[in-house]
Amino acid sequence: MKFKEIENFKDYCERIRNKKRKNIRIKICITGCRAKGALDLYNEFKKREDKEIEVIPTGCHKFCSGAPVVKVKIFSKDYIYQNVGINDIDEIIKNAKKDKPVERILVKDKKFFELQEIKVLKNCGEVNPVDIEDYIYYGGFSSFLNVIENFTPDKVIEEIAKSKLRGRGGAGFPTYKKWEIVKNQVSDEKFVICNGDEGDPGAFMDRTLLEGVPFQIIEGMLICAYTIGANKGFFYIRAEYPIAVLHMSQAIKECYKYGLLGKDILGTGFDFDVEIKKGAGAFVCGEETALIASIEGKRGMPRPRPPFPAEKGLFGKPTCINNVETFANIPIIINEGGENFSKIGTEKSGGTKIFSLAGKVKNTGLVEIPLGTPLWKIIYEIGGGPIEGRKIKGVQTGGPSGGCIPVEYFNTPTDYETLAELGSIMGSGGMIVIDDKVCAVELARYFLDFVQKESCGKCVPCRIGTKRMLEILERITKGNGEIEDIEKLEKLGSYIKETSLCGLGQTAPNPVLTTLKYFKDEYLEHIKDKKCPAGVCVELFEYVIVEGKCTGCTLCKKNCPAGAIEGEVKKAHKIVKEKCIKCGVCFNVCKFNAVERK
Amino acid sequence: MKNKSNLEILQEIQEKKNYIPLDYLDKICKKYKIQKSKIFGVLTFYSQFTTYPRGKYLIRICEGTACHVKGSGKIREMLEKEFGLENGKTTSDMKFTLQVVACLGSCFIAPCMMVNNDYYGNLDVEKAKKIINSLK
Repeated sequence: MKFKEIENFKDYCERIRNKKRKNIRIKICITGCRAKGALDLYNEFKKREDKEIEVIPTGCHKFCSGAPVVKVKIFSKDYIYQNVGINDIDEIIKNAKKDKPVERILVKDKKFFELQEIKVLKNCGEVNPVDIEDYIYYGGFSSFLNVIENFTPDKVIEEIAKSKLRGRGGAGFPTYKKWEIVKNQVSDEKFVICNGDEGDPGAFMDRTLLEGVPFQIIEGMLICAYTIGANKGFFYIRAEYPIAVLHMSQAIKECYKYGLLGKDILGTGFDFDVEIKKGAGAFVCGEETALIASIEGKRGMPRPRPPFPAEKGLFGKPTCINNVETFANIPIIINEGGENFSKIGTEKSGGTKIFSLAGKVKNTGLVEIPLGTPLWKIIYEIGGGPIEGRKIKGVQTGGPSGGCIPVEYFNTPTDYETLAELGSIMGSGGMIVIDDKVCAVELARYFLDFVQKESCGKCVPCRIGTKRMLEILERITKGNGEIEDIEKLEKLGSYIKETSLCGLGQTAPNPVLTTLKYFKDEYLEHIKDKKCPAGVCVELFEYVIVEGKCTGCTLCKKNCPAGAIEGEVKKAHKIVKEKCIKCGVCFNVCKFNAVERK
Repeated sequence: MKNKSNLEILQEIQEKKNYIPLDYLDKICKKYKIQKSKIFGVLTFYSQFTTYPRGKYLIRICEGTACHVKGSGKIREMLEKEFGLENGKTTSDMKFTLQVVACLGSCFIAPCMMVNNDYYGNLDVEKAKKIINSLK
């Protein structure tokens, strides 16, 4: 049903919002949790629908370490269950009908949710991602209607300026400024691009938003297009996100069906078409000029700026590129008003930020918190601290462009400026917690290896400079490092930062420079003592059996492929250094933790 | 394939044929008057494209930061040693193709991998071995 007038559509929205829903609504994440069998779980639950129970497929519930996660809404109370199996279905339904939770599978760590400030992700895990009616039921498209009826483009920009929203892709450029520049360009054609090429290893918030609330992003884009005067938009989504592409294309189709996209939207005379462009596996395409080249169908190589895409972008026309999360914030700003929105956050940047928390931490998942929240709160309180028996050493933010921040600086408020001062960046919001079993030098090597592979090869500092840095780091992790290497790394790093063409190269040395700054001891141990304190760099440690712990069970001896373990039953065993190939089998099979890396 | 960009043409061919046969690409270039050097430039730039036939199962093992610190390297090693897989290569029985990818965006269940369009998470060497064996 295509709506040709605003009034008709508004009536329709009103009707949907007043519709009585069933008392018990069971919401199953079928996106991230799919990896843990959520699709089968959903199908089983779906069979149990009756006049009281509605089963809804949704996006992410944020608590990903408990996958599959199921939310049961009884009237307006929410119960969130973790690690739900098909065997739990009967009990969940039986108890729901008695208005009772199933205590044993409730998410125990209440802090994980209580300490968050959930705004952008509010609808994620609530609505069916591809059902437009469900989105409307939860207030969807009210911002767009408000804008198209009551706002001039200048007024939209004013609200966004008041909100202090800054680009969520990483660089933190004020959104209103970008929009204003594009709006003021005189051109027969303008474009809007949503950058969903979330290539940073360790980041998954854009994936979650694209999969969980595609309509919210379309709504943000519609408001942008209306404001800057664009009639054509593109979603650039990486090929590694098949569910995101699927949900977004279904959502776009629905919008066309309802007359919210296409020619003469809701009879207002405003035309806006969107199209999905799939990436093809190139990290550099997250850089805006490279992304534009990729949409044009060319090699995804960046070009020098200026001219900025806002002046000369896609096909040489003014183009507004924003990150997925930035667009997802727009409907909220319009609903709340820019000033209210900016009450949360810091003086320079308003609102919340979604971080993806992963690595060596108890609770992994999505964390939405006001900008400026200190790191320890995210990692220790919301994240639940280290994995049993380990010690957190630091956190890696911003992926390959970011850096490692040590525990000593966990009081730092997470903000664009403060993280930059520490030598890292906010980036798109990936946070990988590292503990004492992660080697800082090896981690730096890992990132350099990544950058090396992903460098497009256009400019020399990035192509060759990172290669030389990688070689030095490889040398150090193999025990062949020299003390001069540290200075070489520092020098090379600063040259590459200053002279590279695009963001990829300019930030590539960050992981090395920050680890050098904060974990220099580890570098020195690798170089001088030829030891890897974390027991990661194979050439720099030995497997040793601790006499007191070994029970003489012979398991390691039986499994050793090199015959390097000696010892009799019920007596402590020994590893013969000369024969050991450091495969780690003994370490993995020992039930008494008697094998150690030293 | 008219009005499509070189990137889209390649994506379409790969979707249809599972890889990009060079002789077929030749034909397309002639038919639509596309410069071969241009399309080859695009083909070699993006890691998704392959000019060799892919196996029945495309195994994408994630090498992202979270997976890396949680030991994805060991799983890759196992795939290489036990099943003879190699990044970008296909086994001779045309069953498996291995692709090492930068990040699958599933860091919350690291280490993880994808087989065709299915995700598998919280892996260890044994679990991964079981999954691949079940497909054999």
